[in-house]
Amino acid sequence: MLFHKYASPKVFYVLAGQMIPWFAVATLLLLGYGLYQGLFVAPPDYQQGESVRIMFIHVPAAWLSMFAYMVLATSGAIGLIWNMRLADMAATAAAPIGASFTLLALVTGSLWGKPMWGTWWAWDARLTSELLLFFLYLGFIALQAAIDEPRRAARAGALLALVGVVNIPVIHFSVQWWNTLHQPASISAINKIGAPAIHPSMLIPLLVMAVAFTLFFATVLLMRMRAEILHRERHTGWVAELVKA
Amino acid sequence: MNWSEFFAMGGYSLYVWGSYGMAALVLVFNVLAARRREKTVHRELAATTRLNQAD
Repeated sequence: MLFHKYASPKVFYVLAGQMIPWFAVATLLLLGYGLYQGLFVAPPDYQQGESVRIMFIHVPAAWLSMFAYMVLATSGAIGLIWNMRLADMAATAAAPIGASFTLLALVTGSLWGKPMWGTWWAWDARLTSELLLFFLYLGFIALQAAIDEPRRAARAGALLALVGVVNIPVIHFSVQWWNTLHQPASISAINKIGAPAIHPSMLIPLLVMAVAFTLFFATVLLMRMRAEILHRERHTGWVAELVKA
Repeated sequence: MNWSEFFAMGGYSLYVWGSYGMAALVLVFNVLAARRREKTVHRELAATTRLNQAD
């Protein structure tokens, strides 16, 4: 079966190696275009002025923090249920990347909050649940680092990740469920005449940066998975062959 | 628009450039950390191979 072929760490190692340069080039192109649109084309906001440009970093980082967590938890679940080593490796590889983008979302949120709200931090539902996401990533990394046996580390990590999935809808709906200082969603919001509430000049850089960050995540994920494959498969014949070459 | 106006960001330069700078740091950190991990694994593999050859 085709799926099983690509799930073989050896085949995936080679395939990932071929894909990384393409993902890297696509990331750079979109990042360049997104930065140009966000810094030069998008107008200053009528209320927030130039500070609105923080949105083009903050929102994609926050989206990616949740997307990476879903990749981590889904991979963990696949590894747990079907005993698939490659999925375990994907979960391990996703964690540090997701953690770093969660931190980016928190820091840029803080840098945006200070001039707009007058405070670096508030214990509102959106901010607190995003901070919890950061601790979930750190907990996952620490838990896996504390267990030597790879299968047990993968299983324990996957369980923790699956419990933490509850937090994802909480982050997403926090601005609706609770009265938060954080603003509600503007991307999915529709105005009175049924058009998107955000103007294309701001929507375009936002979406381009979101795709660029996601491609960046894919690039680094593949890099980390390749290292993880070599590490976990170090006693196999094909890795020995590879090292000799 | 001139460049000094651009860098001033309407008085929000610290917050805007702080955010973009932090983003740059996160991107660079991720690439360097992934590369470092690759190198560590390769070193570890080379050491194992040497040990096996010594046997």
